[in-house]
Amino acid sequence: MRGRRETLSGGDLREIRSSDDVVRVRQEVRARAQALGFSLVDQTKIVTAASELARNALDYGGGGTVRFVEVRNGARAGLRLEFEDQGPGIPDIDQALRDGFTTGRGLGLGLGGARRLSNEFELVSQPGQGTRVTITRWK
Amino acid sequence: MNRIPILRLGKALLVTIQVDMHDELALALEEDLTQKIWATGARGVLIDISALEVVDSFIGRMLHAIASVSRVLDAETVVVGMRPAVAITLVELGLELPGIRTALDVERGMALLSRRDDEGAEGDIERR
Repeated sequence: MRGRRETLSGGDLREIRSSDDVVRVRQEVRARAQALGFSLVDQTKIVTAASELARNALDYGGGGTVRFVEVRNGARAGLRLEFEDQGPGIPDIDQALRDGFTTGRGLGLGLGGARRLSNEFELVSQPGQGTRVTITRWK
Repeated sequence: MNRIPILRLGKALLVTIQVDMHDELALALEEDLTQKIWATGARGVLIDISALEVVDSFIGRMLHAIASVSRVLDAETVVVGMRPAVAITLVELGLELPGIRTALDVERGMALLSRRDDEGAEGDIERR
């Protein structure tokens, strides 16, 4: 896609329908990051980013899914997480990424914070058609 | 529903968060603590998060809410025991916990609270 050779494996899909699912997503991200040999700080960063995005999917998207993909770029291993919901979507993405902006009861740090905690970040959203946020953290 | 126990420690209340928090539990803790501060006249609240491997903005919001309500009831909140990896992540996340004191462990948190209490008492005498 961007001239980089990546191989994908896994691609397991999990539902995010409740607060308990958010907890389960955190636990699975932790286990996978650990298995890939991430440092403790890197594990904590991707688990925290995942927690923000899972909660966004639940609170703003009315629930959604996350796909876990283990990626490889040469010798480098990474963990990619694709969060998707069929919620109302985000009309102004720049505004949504700004710290302190929230339409809900949060602190408005979710999206911007998740972007800072990831090595790669992609947000695709259309009003009325839901939101997909993809983050990747490399070891 | 499970609830997080609140222990009395001198003039302070100690809460040790050991489980992965979800919404209902966080709300229950906020209510229980508020009630307990009122009932005991506690001057401080220590929240021990040394067991937490992740502090996201949801937990940050809960800590902020607890600290705000406690302050209105004249009790100071000290968050203790944050792990180093959590501290690094929090800063990058942009969560700086404004208005919340922190200490490395429960002992230092207690010392911080009793110092505040002593200063308060001296202030009262000087004003007379």
